[in-house]
Amino acid sequence: MSEQTVTVETARELGLLPEEFELIKKYMGRTPNFTELSIYSVMWSEHASYKNSIKWLKTLPRKGSAILAEAGTENAGLVDIGDGMACAFKIESHNHPCAVEPYQGAATGVGGINRDIFTMGARPVAQLNSLRFGNLKHDRTRWLIKGVVKGIGNYGNAFGIPVLGGEVFFDESYNMNPLVNAMSVGLVKKDGVVSAISKGKGNPVFIVGSSTGKDGIHGATFASADITEDSADDIPSIQVGDPFQEKILLEASLEVIKTGALVGMQDMGAAGIICSTSEMSEKGGHGMRVNLDKVPLRQKNIEAWEILLSESQERMLMVVQKGREKDVEDVLNKWDINYAIIGEVTEGDFLEFFFHGELVAKVPASTLVLGGGAPVYDREYREPAYYKEYKKFDINKVPEPQDLIEVAKQLISHPNIASKRWVYEQYDTMIGTGNMTTNFPSDAGVFNLKGTNKALVMTVDCNSRYVKADPEVGAMIAVSEAARNIACTGAKPLAITNCLNFGNPYNPEVYWQFVHAIKGMGAACEKFDTPVTGGNVSFYNQASIGGKEEAVFPTPTIGMIGLLENKNHHTTLAFKEKGHMIYLIGKSHNDIASSEYLYSYHGIKQSPAPYFNLDEEHRIQTALLELISKNLVQSAHDVSDGGLFIALLESAMPRNLGFDITTDAEIRTDAFLFGEAQGRIVVSVSTSRETHFIDYMVANKIPFTALGHVTKSEIRVDDVSFGFISDMKQVYDTALEAMVTGQPAK
Amino acid sequence: MKFGVVIFPGSNCDQDTVYVLRDILEQEVVTLWHKEIDFDGNIDVIVLPGGFSYGDYLRSGALAKFSPIMNRVIEFANNGGYVFGICNGFQILCETGLLPGALLHNMNQKFICKNVFLTPDSKTTALTTHLPKGRALKIPIAHGEGRYFADRETLAQMRINGQILFRYSDENGIVSESFNPNGAVENIAGICNERKNVFGMMPHPERASDDELGNTDGRLIFESMIKYIKENG
Repeated sequence: MSEQTVTVETARELGLLPEEFELIKKYMGRTPNFTELSIYSVMWSEHASYKNSIKWLKTLPRKGSAILAEAGTENAGLVDIGDGMACAFKIESHNHPCAVEPYQGAATGVGGINRDIFTMGARPVAQLNSLRFGNLKHDRTRWLIKGVVKGIGNYGNAFGIPVLGGEVFFDESYNMNPLVNAMSVGLVKKDGVVSAISKGKGNPVFIVGSSTGKDGIHGATFASADITEDSADDIPSIQVGDPFQEKILLEASLEVIKTGALVGMQDMGAAGIICSTSEMSEKGGHGMRVNLDKVPLRQKNIEAWEILLSESQERMLMVVQKGREKDVEDVLNKWDINYAIIGEVTEGDFLEFFFHGELVAKVPASTLVLGGGAPVYDREYREPAYYKEYKKFDINKVPEPQDLIEVAKQLISHPNIASKRWVYEQYDTMIGTGNMTTNFPSDAGVFNLKGTNKALVMTVDCNSRYVKADPEVGAMIAVSEAARNIACTGAKPLAITNCLNFGNPYNPEVYWQFVHAIKGMGAACEKFDTPVTGGNVSFYNQASIGGKEEAVFPTPTIGMIGLLENKNHHTTLAFKEKGHMIYLIGKSHNDIASSEYLYSYHGIKQSPAPYFNLDEEHRIQTALLELISKNLVQSAHDVSDGGLFIALLESAMPRNLGFDITTDAEIRTDAFLFGEAQGRIVVSVSTSRETHFIDYMVANKIPFTALGHVTKSEIRVDDVSFGFISDMKQVYDTALEAMVTGQPAK
Repeated sequence: MKFGVVIFPGSNCDQDTVYVLRDILEQEVVTLWHKEIDFDGNIDVIVLPGGFSYGDYLRSGALAKFSPIMNRVIEFANNGGYVFGICNGFQILCETGLLPGALLHNMNQKFICKNVFLTPDSKTTALTTHLPKGRALKIPIAHGEGRYFADRETLAQMRINGQILFRYSDENGIVSESFNPNGAVENIAGICNERKNVFGMMPHPERASDDELGNTDGRLIFESMIKYIKENG
């Protein structure tokens, strides 16, 4: 083993701390060579090791009767959904690549998360995404959103997976750091799950899929540092996606599983070959001997460490039972997919890599991975000064506007409220013929489980403005809103996956946000009985421009799945016909804190999280599910961004209906219409069911108010006309497109 | 009746099509791998499903044209067999020359997926004969290269021969440029060959065939086809 001399300076250049370098030397009993040090640098990067987050992640509720694979044990969470079937699901970020190359960054994000699902033997059936961008007035923001949306679309559409839900949010805090979180949901027979494990001395190791190139080297390390003026120089760190190869890899992998010859498999994601070989080996308690000369390469002059760290996409590592190679090869040949046997399983703990006949690296697998030898840190945190400042907000100091119609119009055309049609029409939302919301729009994505009475329901949610204002309450709201969206379809929440997007963890104020968000999330997950099945932590979402650090809003995105036990109870958000009564479940509050209205219309950016009560929220959702099961409501839609008025409008638009409502004299009209107090759901009730509805609500002491009724097309508030639904809809549908393209939409 | 659904590497609507034909319409269905050149001669209809055959990185359908099975599909069509291409299948049929014209990038240069309305034009083809009269069908599109184009003479010939299956319209059947999602010439969404045994359409009828999804307008197209072929052979 030769190569360049390694010092603490080399370690620092690779993103390792001096104490980490010492620890490596201790584990190895010697100074590592450059290849070995590179291995540790990626495996111990934040992205792969969770070293600054794992302590807190472990405080989240992770157990539940339906949980088949607990967080951290497999590539994605696995939940029992009955009938012998399980749902594998996970959310992951691809923020850093998207900040410098939005198209490929987003495309490979979609590819990566889907591989996490099918590496477990599950067929991906639905995709969701949660996107955050800066101010749309900036050219850079428009370049980013166009690239990201095209990247997600082109990859997912060709791979063949429908997008069933998502969110898009704009705020200045994301100007430099967009967030791109992709979630995939797959289905697998409970007895067909494949583990990411390597064991059995002598078993051959296959690499399957794309050839390995220099793309994505140090991608995991790149994702574990701030974005700077020079980040564009890191473009070679960004991978290039090939959805066709991914589709072939999916079909071939699922067919290989059927042969029964597989011991285990894991895709090559962050940190490439080294990550898959070490994680699989550690899990199986074996070692591995790999000949890097056998790895199919797409370019010459590539070093051993580059092969090990390459994040070339669409690759899978398979450990196969010795003697069954041909069964696997037959399938791979049928699909004309590239593969090579690159090594074999050995006894012991060592990963040994050979290149040009030389042993270039020899490292103990257990020292590389999370839960093994990777460092775990307890970071200090400190309450930022702004937190108390925000709480000083006083609604009485905010003048109530004269013209609320003008406010309504401004909100409807705000990119955070307006229809995201420009985005989602670029995604295939119907492939797989399982999307039940194309013709029956609902608060969450609903996927038909063909041949059963059930449907799988899914959503992604996080209002990061609330989290900034109050990380603990904001994260509770994120979980509650996700559960509320699931409940509005008639389904019961099952479990969550999370994507934790924060700034630099070494900044105590950022870390304070992280710690409190975890606390809030944990409390809400306990309440809704939705264990955390895994996910992804993305730190360093902050830009250092001209020496000034600017972190994004803390954004703990929640991906939740639920189960609709009876498809006949699938409830949509749409008002059904003129004359139906409109009710608000939950209480109205004199509250405009952190609302889009306060933030955008008044320009007041410092206020606490909106009204929220976890127990109340849970009671209301439980009541809604009962109302739905008793067929007492015609539609259900939660009150969220933009407040009650926007919720009513969204319920009215699908069928071009209007509404006529009365506000509450006790509450400011602007707060009544546009405030974002939590725990509220708009339902419509047919006249024939109204008595039963009221009886139920009164008997169960659930707070509710009669708002008014559905009209043919006019919108009236306290007997004042706000105009007609078709005009509002026109603005709502086209505002975002006009802003993104700079042209009026067709 | 017996359907053969071709699977190219990169096809991704093959199982959706099989599900509709086999589970909903209760027809016999076999899948045909693109390397198969010796398939069952008793197939009544070959379906080329949607997807991104061979990745479609060059031009949609341009590589699938050279796939081993395509020579057999061409032979099958030339012998009078029914061939139905949906989306990518339509693109492949145009590439092989079994159907006239070509499919270009959408006018807005973007992939578009949404429900649109189609109005049947020719009343004399297997796909349209038994459709309900005087009503537009709601069928989704999902494509990046769906803008149908043919030169003026070809179009004139197609009109005379009754080869235009569907045009994009509004829900009341009004055909106008405002309801053209991709810039297709004369709002054309689907066509057939002169002999009326080879069909292609960009919208996806298989995505509008299941009661549980709340729209079964697409099923009407398959049903028309099945009834027509049973009656006319």
